Amino acid sequence: MTVNYCSGAEAVIRALVENGVEVIFGYPGGAVLPLYDALFENNKIKHILVRHEQAAVHAAEGYARSTGKVGCVLVTSGPGATNAITGLTDALMDSVPIVCLSGQVPTHLIGTDAFQEADTTGISRPCTKHNYLVKDADKLCEIIHKSFEIASTGRPGPVLIDLPKDIQLSKIKYVNKNTKFKKYNNNNISNIDENVINKVATLLLNAERPIIYAGGGVVNSGQEASKLLTKLVNLLDCPVTLTLMGLGCVPNTNKNFLGMLGMHGTYEANLAMHNCDVMLNVGARFDDRVTGRLNAFAPNSKKIHIDVDKSSINKVVSVDYGIVGDCTKVLSVLVQEVKKLHNQQTIKSKSKWWSEINHWKEKNSLGFQQIGNNIKPQQAIKSLYEKSKNFDTYITTEVGQHQMWAAQYFGFSKPNHWMTSGGLGTMGYGLPSSVGVQIAHPNSLVIDISGEASFLMNMQELSTIVQYKLPVKIFILNNEWMGMVRQWQELNHGSRYSESYTASLPDFVKLAESFGITGLRVDNIKNLGNTIDEMINIKGPVIADIRVEKEENCFPMIPSGAAHNEMILSSDDNHKDTSGEGLALV
Amino acid sequence: MSIYQKNEVKEVETSRTLSLVVDNQPGTLARVIGLFSGRGYNIESLTVTEIDKIRSLSRISLVTRGTSMTIEQIKSQLLRIVPVHIVRDLTLEGPFIKSELALVKLVVKGANRVEALRIAETFRARTLDVTLSSFVFELTGKPSKLDAFTDLMRSLGDTEISRTGVSAISRGNKTETKLLDQI
Ligand SMILES: Cc1ncc(C[n+]2csc(CCOP(=O)(O)OP(=O)(O)O)c2C)c(N)n1
Ligand SMILES: [Mg+2]
Repeated sequence: MTVNYCSGAEAVIRALVENGVEVIFGYPGGAVLPLYDALFENNKIKHILVRHEQAAVHAAEGYARSTGKVGCVLVTSGPGATNAITGLTDALMDSVPIVCLSGQVPTHLIGTDAFQEADTTGISRPCTKHNYLVKDADKLCEIIHKSFEIASTGRPGPVLIDLPKDIQLSKIKYVNKNTKFKKYNNNNISNIDENVINKVATLLLNAERPIIYAGGGVVNSGQEASKLLTKLVNLLDCPVTLTLMGLGCVPNTNKNFLGMLGMHGTYEANLAMHNCDVMLNVGARFDDRVTGRLNAFAPNSKKIHIDVDKSSINKVVSVDYGIVGDCTKVLSVLVQEVKKLHNQQTIKSKSKWWSEINHWKEKNSLGFQQIGNNIKPQQAIKSLYEKSKNFDTYITTEVGQHQMWAAQYFGFSKPNHWMTSGGLGTMGYGLPSSVGVQIAHPNSLVIDISGEASFLMNMQELSTIVQYKLPVKIFILNNEWMGMVRQWQELNHGSRYSESYTASLPDFVKLAESFGITGLRVDNIKNLGNTIDEMINIKGPVIADIRVEKEENCFPMIPSGAAHNEMILSSDDNHKDTSGEGLALV
Repeated sequence: MSIYQKNEVKEVETSRTLSLVVDNQPGTLARVIGLFSGRGYNIESLTVTEIDKIRSLSRISLVTRGTSMTIEQIKSQLLRIVPVHIVRDLTLEGPFIKSELALVKLVVKGANRVEALRIAETFRARTLDVTLSSFVFELTGKPSKLDAFTDLMRSLGDTEISRTGVSAISRGNKTETKLLDQI
């Protein structure tokens, strides 16, 4: 059949379609012109032209995390590829499935320092789950099919395919996805063992002070995992806390939910972690932002860890039971076993544990006082939540105080509705990410909760938003400071505010108008509600410049190098000066 | 090691020999080495060569050092690398053979020439090249034997040494054929 012969570039597009790609985020250049030519001819894949390659990856991340599909990126060689590196690292740290195609100089020029040549596979090796340089056109289709499998199975992550221009132009025979290829590896290990499940279920049922701590692995595993997790929480009637990446996998309205844990987690979540006797970690990785000082982390507890990635188990915290497997699979057998045992025995009373927890809750660690006319950033998020909770709302964020306030005060009732850069903490993530989310969910309310400094890092994407008529709402908590940096300087560096003031800010309303979109500004608490309503009701994109209290700090907080039970609730808390060791921590 | 772990009891570090089967592809070795440098693990020795032309597979023999927790991490991290198919911990599995090859050039004149040949004979080294003022010896065996030999040679004259690094295999009749067939 002649139909099966096509150019490399056409084969790439065909393979993308075969792997379910509907949208690709990219930016053209010399080394990918054949691919853009093939895109031009096709009518199955929609190309979204971003304004910077980093943004292409973040947009694909937003798309992937809000849909559970693989996000797809196309960039040119050299600067196109190097610009994508931050995005790829972000996706690797947060386990987001991405396939990134990059152009490369023709194979015979590789190694000659040709125009726009970069060692893209070399540069991207440590920031991808896997990468390929396609040197043999006959392998092209196989490599694309495998890349999608690698990106989306096991612990998801980014895969980069470097495509020399001559390969894109060569004539090849198209190879289907379901062709039998050499297996790429058999390392998606799983060790779900009946015996262990039984022991773990027994341990959980007999615990006096159990806690479940869950993270992004539950979200990545699919919506079923979140349902199973909530079921398990309800069955055991135990407290549950979520990491930054896990927010939404148990509804915020669940009575057993203690809020987020970790550096800016609630007092009750961190104290319950510190004092528990049995801890079940589902799809989280004992990140240093969560554990605080390791040698004081949940000192008297038996620990169980469920993770799809074997290397996450016993990496920083030794556990008593490590179960390697996909969260949905492990949770479904665990829930069954707990149910079975639950019917045979009466569950240990946890009323003492709950009364302890309720006592910690009385501290009201997220309490703040909205007095005067100035808008407290916490109140801004709270009001935003109240006014948007009846919509299908997706939140993306940048990085800084506003991100933590969003995590603390916005309620998430479903997984996949919260997109934030957790592992890498990339300022500039939120705006491009919201582009991807809005493309995937054209009729939903998509809000980028932003800080004025972070916004400036990828604000070129306003142009993308306008081009594709994306009604994204950009909610800037404008405190004129790199607030999180200022806060650390206040707490750890004697209030020497070195280079953390965001000087020369643009007039955000005029900036919006210059792009032909609506700009709103509010600086008085009395008008906050109306402004949010107005923002939500406007059909198109909006920048809302929310002038908030400038020197507000984000609390509660576990100072760096401190333990869960050493958290401070406000600036007035006379916490010991951060230790020398703590000062060295990020 | 994270500063958070400073107060932890110090666990002993031991030397471990790992044997990997990987795809013979550009980039595989770079990923393995990048893992060790990126995560701060030790490499004491590393050798790699193709062992299966048809399936295009290579063996990496690797000697590393660490606490048992670190070694477990290294093994799990190695398994995450897509073209890594098999990771075996030979030290943990049981008896195994570790062998290495050394080429030693010795520049020597006079009475020490006889001494050099006598030592070479004792070690069962082969003499590959002779001139009136030099020898090249080839010696295989345990790294410790090679160490002893090269030390002696150094004391006899100017030397140049080239060693392959350790190659390792388990004792007994167990093979990887079944595992390899799954690839
Ligand atoms: C790309 C990048 N550069 C630097 C940092 C370090 N950093 C973390 S938070 C922050 C300040 C963020 O300021 P802003 O966006 O205004 O948020 P705020 O903390 O004021 O809410 C900085 C500079 C980072 N996370 N990412
Ligand atoms: Mg700010």
